[in-house]
Formats: sequence, C-alpha cells, structure tokens
Amino acid sequence: MKLFNPTTGWSLLLVLALLFPFLAGNDYHLTVMSTAYIYAIATIGLNLITGYTGQYNLAHSGFMAVGAYTVGILTVDHQVPFWIAFALSGVVAAFLGFFVGLVSLRLKTHFFSIFTLCVGYIMYLVIEKWESLTHGTVGIIGIPAPESIAGIDFSAPRPQYYLVLFFLVASLWIMHRIVRSLLGRTFMAIRNGDDLAQALGINLMRNKLLAFMLSVFFSGLAGGLYAGFVRFIGPGVASVEHTFDMTMYMLVGGIGTLLGPLLGAIGVPWLTQYLQVLQDYRFVVFGPLLVLLVIFLPYGIVGTYMNRKRRKEALVAAPAAASTSAPLTTAKGATHA
Amino acid sequence: MELFLQQVLNGLTLGGVYSLVALGLTLVYGILHVPNFAHGAFYMAGAYSAFFIMNKLGLGYWWGMLGAAVVVALISVLSERLVFHPLRKAPYLHHMIASIGILLFLEAGAQAIWGADFHRMETPYNQLLEFGGLTLPAQRLLIIAAAFLLVALLQLFLKKTITGATIVAMAQNREGAALVGIDATRVAMLTFAIAGALAGVAAVLYAPINLVYTSMGNLVITKAFVIIVLGGMGSVPGAIVGGLILGFAEAFGAFYISTDYKDIIAFAILVLILSVRPQGLFAKGAH
Repeated sequence: MKLFNPTTGWSLLLVLALLFPFLAGNDYHLTVMSTAYIYAIATIGLNLITGYTGQYNLAHSGFMAVGAYTVGILTVDHQVPFWIAFALSGVVAAFLGFFVGLVSLRLKTHFFSIFTLCVGYIMYLVIEKWESLTHGTVGIIGIPAPESIAGIDFSAPRPQYYLVLFFLVASLWIMHRIVRSLLGRTFMAIRNGDDLAQALGINLMRNKLLAFMLSVFFSGLAGGLYAGFVRFIGPGVASVEHTFDMTMYMLVGGIGTLLGPLLGAIGVPWLTQYLQVLQDYRFVVFGPLLVLLVIFLPYGIVGTYMNRKRRKEALVAAPAAASTSAPLTTAKGATHA
Repeated sequence: MELFLQQVLNGLTLGGVYSLVALGLTLVYGILHVPNFAHGAFYMAGAYSAFFIMNKLGLGYWWGMLGAAVVVALISVLSERLVFHPLRKAPYLHHMIASIGILLFLEAGAQAIWGADFHRMETPYNQLLEFGGLTLPAQRLLIIAAAFLLVALLQLFLKKTITGATIVAMAQNREGAALVGIDATRVAMLTFAIAGALAGVAAVLYAPINLVYTSMGNLVITKAFVIIVLGGMGSVPGAIVGGLILGFAEAFGAFYISTDYKDIIAFAILVLILSVRPQGLFAKGAH
C-alpha cells in the first residue's frame, strides 16, 4: 500500500493531467476538462470557507461572477489587456468579500448562509439590471482571449488547457500550504467549535474574514479565467445553482479534504457528459444523490477512504502496542493475545 | 389617493402570500431548527399539481387547490420521513445540503415532466370589481381573504387545540415535550404536513396573477427566509407581521422607487437590518 503515498499520488495525477491533451480524442473533451478545472478552482475556494472553516457561503458563485465581470467589463469596455484585468479579478472579489464578510460573518451557522444567499441574489439582480455597466441580460460578448506570452497563443484549446491547468495546480499548492500551516489549523479549530476556538485565543472575526476573503479570491480568479476561456458571460454565472453545483462537487469528493473537491469537480461533469440524456434533468439523479451522500457518506469518497484507512492503521497499531508492552506486563499481555 | 390605495391592495396581496409561505417555513424551523431550503420547491410543486389537476383532469380551481394542498403535504411529510428524520442528529450543514438536494430534485423533476415553459393558470375569478373609483381584481381579493382566513385558522388551531399545543410545545423544547409524553415523530410529521399544505395553497392562490414555472419558488422562498429571519425564527406572529411588512415594502417600493429593483428591496432590507442588528428585529438573543 506504500505505493500510494500522497506525493506519488499527486505526481501521478499531475502527469495524467499534463498528458491529457494527447490522450483526449478531440478539442471538445479538452474544453470539457478545462471548464471542469475552472470550476474546480472555485470549488477549492468554497471548500476553504465551508469545508475547513465551517461557514457555508451561498454567494460563492456571485463572487465568481464578480471576477468574470471584472475581466469582461475591463477588457471589452475599457480595452484593458486581459492579464491586467485577470490579475484584478481575484483582487476585486476579495475586496468586495472584505465588506460582505465584515457584515455577514457576524452571523452564525444557517443565518450566515441565508444572509449570503440574499447577497448572492442581490449580486445576480444588480448584474441583470445595471445595464450601463454590465450590459444587462444580454451579457458581455467578445471578451478577448488572453494575449500571448513568449509566443504561446492562448486562443487555441490546447494552450488554454495548460493555462487553466497551471492555475489549478497553483491553487491546489497554495491551498495545501494554507491547510498545513497554523492558519489552516486555526480555520479548522473555528469549524470544530466557535467557543472552543475563542477559548484558545483565536480571534474569530479576523480569521473568519481572512478565510472568507481567501475563499472568494479563488472564486474571483476562477471567474476571470472563465471569462477569458468562454469569452462570453451573462448574469447566469452568478446564479445560486452554480454554488449548489460546487457544493455537490465538494460533497461527492469529500468536504474538508484537499483532493475531494478536485475529484468531485472533475468527476461529476464527466459523469454528466456520459449521461448526455440527463443534461437538463441531471438533478433528477443528482438531487437524491446529494441527499443519500449526506445521510450515508457525509465525508464523500476521499473522506470515507481516509477514515477507513485511519481506522485500519489504528487497528494495526493497537495489537502492535500490545505486543511491545507484553514483556513488561506478561500476565496482561497474555490475556490480550 | 386611488393609486395609493391600489398599492395598499398590492401590498396586502403580496403580504398574504408571503405570510403563508413564511408561516410554513417558521413552523418547520421550530421542529428542525434548520431552515428548509426545499420549501420553495414545495410551493412550486403545489402550483404544478393544481395545474395538472385543472388541465389534465379537467377539474375546477378549488379542486386544484385542495389537490395541491394534499400533494404538497404528502411530499413534505415524505421528505421529513426519508431525509430530515435520519439526519436529526447531523450537523446543520448536512440538513441544509440535504434540503438543497430535495429542492434540486423537485425542480428538475417538474422540468422533466412539464418542460421549461411558463404556464398560465386559469382562475374563475377574472372579474374586476369597481369600488369607489378603485378597480379591484377579484383574484387579489380572494388571495387576501383566503390568506387571512388561513392565518386565523392556524392561530386558532395552535392556541385552542391540544394537537396545536403539542406543535408549539415541540418548537419550544424538544426534550421537554418528549418528557411530558408528546410523540415527537407524530408532531414532526404533522408540522411538515401543515407547512406543505400552506405552501401549496399559497402557490395556487398566487399562480393565476403570476405564472407557473419551475423556478417560481426561488424568489418566494428567499423572501420567506428574509421574513422569518426578521420576525424571529420559529415565531408565528413574526412570520405574519414580517410577511405583511415585506409585501407593503415591495408594493410601495415598486411604485415609488423602481419596478426593476423591486426584488432587491427584500434583500436590501435584510442586509441593512442584519448589519445593524445581527439578532434580527424581533428575535431575542444573537443568532
């Protein structure tokens, strides 16, 4: 079983991802994969605030739309180069997230979720109605592809795929660093109990706000990538259904794990691809699936696997401990064996 | 003056519908202690059941309403049994995600059966009543009358009957209620049935002046959330008063501010009030 330690596992995934364009039959598969990667970045962000910090933010897709519209408005209406607009997309989302978080994070549990649900609706409605800024329901058409860097033209599917992959890998790496750091531990302490965390001397508001801003930064960045990749955006990007989608990705894979959201965000869209008939009605299947997951597999694929592994290790460790202590307390050791 | 009174009428109509939906939501909150996101889908299911009964079975409007109440009450009880009951000891996040699962399932199901088109629901009350220079559409009057009647009946039921009192007792203290011999399972099922029936009736009342479509519940449920957050989660009077306040705010906002932004008003009110008072307007203690 040592074959599958985390480092080799992740490297294997990376190699597979790098080789994917050569294995994929056509550009369509490449597009599906790139879109899945973009949503994976946003889902990784949602996982930080929901999975690790325990606050379920229902405005997440709203922040993705903020990022997407930052790129759309700046490049189309103000002729700003894509890369500058893209760099701003995450920053604008995080900036807005600061103010939203400041107000909303004073609320706990589902009150926070209801509040952010309303914030998400406001974002959606503002995008739809503020025509002079956002082009209203028509959306923003003709967003330029990212300008070429070092002769790489990012308007072709393959370079675009690698571009998105680059940001996905970077996001995962940053998330890995956050989760393994003291900051990540702090977030998890908050998830496990507000009061306990506070008793440990953790400043709740500051840390929650930081988690929230980091989370929507990823979302905004994913939105920026989405704008440059799909090159057309409408108010629909902000709709809460996308947050529900991301929730499902997170839950299928395993909430509060690093690999889980990635697995879900890539696996579920591919599953829907193969169930093409279900495209419009996918939630007839996925709705009950979500319910069943929450009831029977609340930790998702990755979480359940890790729990089982941990239990097995504990089982292996327990007899070993008993046998090492056997020479000391012979009588007791004998009864254990 | 006529225009002003017209807005009052609109406010009462909207407020009546919102109150009915919010009442169901707040009753269920008393039992679950978690907001049921699927409640908006129950509302939508009510409109579609009535639409089916009226168009396919050829029965009248009132049969449609009765059928909707029964069907939605059944869906509601089923979801309590199959989904919320097994989850009663799980963290709040699981409840919420499960209710979202039900919501997505019902919406997709309705779309699979009836398509994504908008449907019109017929009503026998198309007349316009003239009253001292005011034009009063009969359907709007019906909504107001029916909503107030139902609210009054529900109040009587909760206050004057033993069964109603068990619901209130469960909402106040689950363990305490169990200790004095109240069957928690029965009360939970009853509460879900009442909440579902209220949502179904509200949908059939409101659908003829709106339209029937799969996402019709989304805005209504979000507004119902605003109402019960403001009115205090689990509070019955809070849901009624909150519903009326929101109805009036929207009617007057649409008229005096902007029709485009009328849907934002509810959310803006929530954001504004919760920013100043995180515990809500009438609620005791912090959220």
